[in-house]
Amino acid sequence: MSRPAHRRPEYQKINKDLFVLTYGALVAQLCKDYEKDEDVNKYLDKMGYGIGTRLVEDFLARSCVRRCHSYSEIIDIIAQVAFKMYLGITPSVTCNNSSRNEFSLILDKNPLVEFVEELPPGRSSLCYCNLLCGIIRGALEMVHLAADVTFLQDRLKGDSVTEIGITFLKKLDEKKYRRKK
Amino acid sequence: MTVHNLYLFDRNGVCLHYSEWHRKKQAGISKEEEYKLMKDGFLAFQTSRYKLHYYETPTGIKVVMNTDLGVGPIRDVLHHIYSALYVELVVKNPLCPLGQTVQSELFRSRLDSYIRSLPFFSARAG
Repeated sequence: MSRPAHRRPEYQKINKDLFVLTYGALVAQLCKDYEKDEDVNKYLDKMGYGIGTRLVEDFLARSCVRRCHSYSEIIDIIAQVAFKMYLGITPSVTCNNSSRNEFSLILDKNPLVEFVEELPPGRSSLCYCNLLCGIIRGALEMVHLAADVTFLQDRLKGDSVTEIGITFLKKLDEKKYRRKK
Repeated sequence: MTVHNLYLFDRNGVCLHYSEWHRKKQAGISKEEEYKLMKDGFLAFQTSRYKLHYYETPTGIKVVMNTDLGVGPIRDVLHHIYSALYVELVVKNPLCPLGQTVQSELFRSRLDSYIRSLPFFSARAG
């Protein structure tokens, strides 16, 4: 019987430009499909959500992070492990409130907008990277954490920094899923 | 030493996959009832006849493997089933729907090959 190769999967590098241009093409197509910025933002978020629900499994499989005991631990892992793993950047983290459930990720660099200087005219409310918000939201939901994730500031809109706000809502009840059956 | 059977459950208790290799007796209950018993509250245990190994991810995916008593701790094996098989072949395939039994023949055959290649799996039971 031949021995199967159960080597670790190889993570081949692909050209970053191809990825960035593909993302840009996606946003451009959504802009053609939908007139309103809110709709484009909504669909970017929705697509991101679908990606996030799967990407989280890959993240857990590769990073072997331990269970977290606080929201700030989770945010640190998102910023220092997940962003690093998938986008090669490490946003800095701030906590926005005393009850410690509202946080911000400040993106100094963002590879997704490398070729974008400013938003096109008539698209002033477009959240170009809204896919990221959906990804984070979908990933958190799969570990039973409900969160609102939105862009609070965006360099493409003229702000001085790009800031993603993550607000943890009430923890999803695991038992709720079993009751649904 | 050998492996008897293996279950894969998701966070809602849906049985995503079941395979058996050397299972001497069928339990006297239906397969559906057997799945329900398996997923509730076990971590790891052994009886005088078999050992149950359990692995759960923060996303609620549970890998449950029953072996005979000669098999030691195999957390790395269960992690490999999750990461290199389930995640690589099912989760990352956008055409594989989640939350239901895995239909992928590639997953089934790779899992089968992997189990058969394990040092504690013998082609003949016992």
